[in-house]
Formats: sequence, structure tokens, C-alpha cells
Amino acid sequence: MTEYNFAYLDEATKRMLRRAILKAVAIPGYQVPFSSREMPMPYGWGTGGVQVTAACLLPEDTLKVIDQGADDTTNAVSIRKFFARVAGVATTEATATASVIQTRHRIPETPLTEGQILVFQVPIPEPLRFLEPRETETRTMHALEDYGLMQVRLYEDIAKHGEIARAYAYPVRVEGRYIMDPSPIPKFDNPKLDNSPALQLFGAGRECRIYALPPYTRVESLDFDDYPFTASKAAGQVCAICGAEDSYLDEVITDDAGGRMFVCSDTDYCATRVAAQAEDAA
Amino acid sequence: MYVAVKGGERAIENAHAWLDDARRGDRDVPDLMLDQIREQLTLAVDRVMAEGALYDPDLAALALKQARGDVIEAVFLIRAFRTTLPRFGTSEPVDTGAMQIIRRISATYKDAPGGQVLGPTFDYTHRLLDFSLAQSPDIAAAPEAEISTSSVPHILSHLDAEGLMQRENAGGGPDVPDLTRAPLEFPADRSLRLQALTRGDEGFLLSLAYSTQRGYGRNHAFVGELRIGHVRVSAFLPELGFEIEFAEIMITECESVNQFQGSKTEPAQFTRGYGLVFGQSERKAISMALVDRALRARELGEDMAGAPAQDEEFVLSHCDNIQSSGFLEHIKLPHYVDFQAELELIRKLRRSAMSEAAE
Repeated sequence: MTEYNFAYLDEATKRMLRRAILKAVAIPGYQVPFSSREMPMPYGWGTGGVQVTAACLLPEDTLKVIDQGADDTTNAVSIRKFFARVAGVATTEATATASVIQTRHRIPETPLTEGQILVFQVPIPEPLRFLEPRETETRTMHALEDYGLMQVRLYEDIAKHGEIARAYAYPVRVEGRYIMDPSPIPKFDNPKLDNSPALQLFGAGRECRIYALPPYTRVESLDFDDYPFTASKAAGQVCAICGAEDSYLDEVITDDAGGRMFVCSDTDYCATRVAAQAEDAA
Repeated sequence: MYVAVKGGERAIENAHAWLDDARRGDRDVPDLMLDQIREQLTLAVDRVMAEGALYDPDLAALALKQARGDVIEAVFLIRAFRTTLPRFGTSEPVDTGAMQIIRRISATYKDAPGGQVLGPTFDYTHRLLDFSLAQSPDIAAAPEAEISTSSVPHILSHLDAEGLMQRENAGGGPDVPDLTRAPLEFPADRSLRLQALTRGDEGFLLSLAYSTQRGYGRNHAFVGELRIGHVRVSAFLPELGFEIEFAEIMITECESVNQFQGSKTEPAQFTRGYGLVFGQSERKAISMALVDRALRARELGEDMAGAPAQDEEFVLSHCDNIQSSGFLEHIKLPHYVDFQAELELIRKLRRSAMSEAAE
């Protein structure tokens, strides 16, 4: 592919992105405005993640792309093919062998290691957006660490439902300072954000924001002393394919008589376990 | 046993093949040529150039063909191409006073130097379907007049000379902020607002402008002048030490005249709303002028009654149809991880509510 620069974006644009990423790494959890570009896929389909990935990729990198935890969902396939085409990098489905992983809505089950970069696609980067629609207001609230509104909101959930009624995009506090939206990952994944050896980058293209969690950053899910955070998933179920008890499960409807089964959302984790079991059996 | 659905890659390839096939349609009908689109669907081409923010009729025609006539999809193709183009520099401000006019009207003066020129307008046509067009009739050339070489001064300059028109900031120069090179932050200055509006969605701006006419941020606008024609674009090249003209483009410019009651520091006078759009697109240019004027409410110290058109964050955050259609349509993508989490939560909340009710 000679028509486009390595990883699609021109070098000046990549430099702009890297500056924003460096600033984001320097101020964990702070949303850095950046001049997002139109990408050849629509806004809302991962353009922020794609730009961050493009800025991070080196020719020797190995890229993994997942959507809903799976490598073979259509948008993951599309983004992986995009980079295979415009950057010519190696791609993989194995979490352990990837150097850059772009994800939508999940963190892989296999623990990440030092040197890996996890790039999240973010639809609405502002955790306070649904409490206050104005950007001018929410920026001020972050600057003043004025997070009372969020605490009140969570308290109201408990008063009404007996618990914090947030299942995904569960807000976190970074290094005791900024409240951050972890992107729409299920709250089951929130503990993986904390003290991760990998660099975690978040890109929101349409909203022109990049933010970051450097390796080994303290990330706490918001809660109350008497209502501590719990990472939940389908209760009492194991994966019907690999038998895993510790992974996040998707519910699959199997017939029209209410039949259903639960399978790992992380397809690489599931396949790796199945392969290991087959080896053990042999 | 159920096996997780595989083969996203093949599904995508097959979908693309079907799309290509459907785009071509019945093979007995001749393939649509780009010059046909460029010459005969001119206003669609103009809209794609305006909202795509790239002046290139051939590429816009290609985008329309590739998009099967879906204008927003065509705009998207152009934007995605535009973003890969290097940026050489900044042109000199375009002199719209020196425009080669094809259409120029004023609703505020019966006549003015330069005259009223109707040009190729739908305005006074009767909207009756012309069935003869179905037969590809020969169309006679329109009568022609002598080309006027005299420049046609802006209508509002006459009000300006009398001091009745509010003075605009000079602005311009290489320091003008660039929407495509820096993220939009609020409050945005007027030049940034105008950049966002000129590539904003025509339908969205039309509705907003209409809402101001109906009383949501009402400020009655006269079309002081609407002009469409060709202008020359030039740039100063430091290596040469002088300006060179490098393009001639067609644009539509609208200046609205709005009353202003005056304030403590300024006497009553007229104020201006400004619209400038690539190609022939007067609906968009007029809409843009009205929305621009509505967005000046704060600067002019007018009543802000919470009208959407006066709300800069609301207007500028939502006027781009590539952003809005992308985010809207992304909800087609799989969300089953989030949905599963919601499902568990709802079941749990219901369980505890039911057991409480049972107690």
C-alpha cells in the first residue's frame, strides 16, 4: 500500500497525537483535548482508538483487536484488517503475544504484562456528562475536584435500588484525583484497571479526547464504605465451552423455549483453555 | 451444541460484494458516468463539497456515485479523503466583492448598484413535474448578456457607509484558528463558529434557523444580500514574494441584516449574520447567516431565553453530520457485553424487589 503513510496518518498528525498521549500519561485520568481527524471508519466505531493505535504502532509491533472480548466480531475484524493493510504489522488473536491491543468494551482475561499497550475505544469520555451536559461546566468541575454531584447520584441509586445501579462504564477515581470513565467495559473488568503492568490509553475520536493510565496506576471504582464495590457477572454460571469460572460470560439464547447457555466473552481465553484441556487429555 | 458464530471476515467480504453489485443495479442500464453527476446533479455535488469541506467537483461526483446517492455517506468519503491531504498554508481572504456574479439579490433594496440578478434559481418555477425531462429533450442555450467586468459592491456597504451597520472585527491573517487542526473548545470565537457552521449539516442548520424565525431566539432577519458566483483564491508565497492565484471556486454568500436595539455603549444599529458556503447552496447560506446571528446573542447582550439556536455548545457540538451519523449508527454495533451486564443488574434488582414484596 503506497498511497498512504505508515499506519494511515501523516507524521505531523501522529506527532500531535503522541504529544496528547504523553500529556495524558503525565496527568493520569485527565482528559486531554486533541485535534481528532476524520478516519475512514465512522465516528462511534472506534476512531479514537484507531488514532491512538496509529500513533503507537511501530513496524515491529504485533496487533490484536477485540470487540466485546472477541477477535472475530465484525468491527474487530474490520479494524484489524485496516491496520494490516495500512501499517503492514503482524496481527494475532493471542493476548500474550500482542504488543498493542485495541479493545472495545472489554479487558482481556489473560493478565497483561509490562510493555503491552491496551487501547480503549471510548464513546463518551466524560464521566460527568450524564449529570451535566455542558463541557464548560464539567471541565470546571474536574479542575476544582468538585465531584459531589457524582457522589449524590450514586447515593440516590442506593436509596432507590439498594445498590449502585451501574453495570458498565462504572466510574473510577485515578490516583485519588480525577474521576474517569473507563469506557463501557462491564464493571467486572474494573479491578483489572488497577495497578496494571500495561500502559492503558483511551481514545475518544468524536469527542476529541485522549486520556491514560500509566503502568501501575491506582484505580479505584467509586463506592461507599458501607456499600463496597463488587465486580459482578452472570451469577453461578461457568463457561459451557471451556468450563471457566473466573471469566466474564455472554449469555446466548439457544432456542425459542427459553434455553440459554453461557460462554466466555473473551474468545482467545476460551480457545486457549480448550486447547490446553485437549493437550492434557492427550 | 451451540457453536459461537464465526466468520465475521467472510461475512464482511460478502456484504461488500453485495454492496458493489447493488450499486451497479440493472446491468442493462448504462453505468452512470462521473461527468454526468458533476454536470447534471450539480447541487448535490455542491452540497457534498460544502459539508465535506473540500472543493473538488470531480471527487464529490465520485463520492456520490460510490455512496449510491446517499449525500451524508458521500460527505463522509470526502472528509476521510480530505484528512489525508497535506496542508500547505493559508490562502489570502477571498474578495467576495470581486465575485463574477451569476445570482445576486437583495430583499432590502428594490435596486442597488450592480442590480438584481436572478440567475439559475428555482424560486419562481411552478413545482410541476416536467414529464418531458423523462424523454431527454434538447435544451436550448439560455440567452446571454455581456459579461460585466465591474465589481459589484456589497449591498450592506451602503449601510456601512452611513454608520448604520455594526463594524466587524478585521480578523483574518494566518492566526485564524483552524477547526480541523485544533479541537473545538468553548467558548469558540466567531471565526471558529463560522467554520463549524459552513461544514455543518444543511438540514440541522435549516431547522435551527427556522426555529429562530418562529420565536426561539427570535431576531427578525432581512436578507440584505445573497450572492452566488465565482471568486478567485490566491495565496502569498514567501519564496516568490508575491501572491499567486491558484483556484477559481463557486461560492454562495449571504449577509442578513438584523435590528439591534443598542446598548449602554452603542447606539441602535443593524447587525449582520454571515453565511458562506461552497457551491450554489443558498438555503444553507441563509440558514447559516441566521444561526450565526443567533449565536451572537451573548456578545450583543441580548436576552438569552434558552433557545437552542443561541446555545453555542448545543449548536456546534451537534451540527456536524459525520459525527452525528457515526455516533447514531454505531448503536448497530454489538453491545452484548454491556447488555449482559445490564441484564444481570435488572434481574438482581427485580429479585431483591420481589423478595422484599414477598416479606
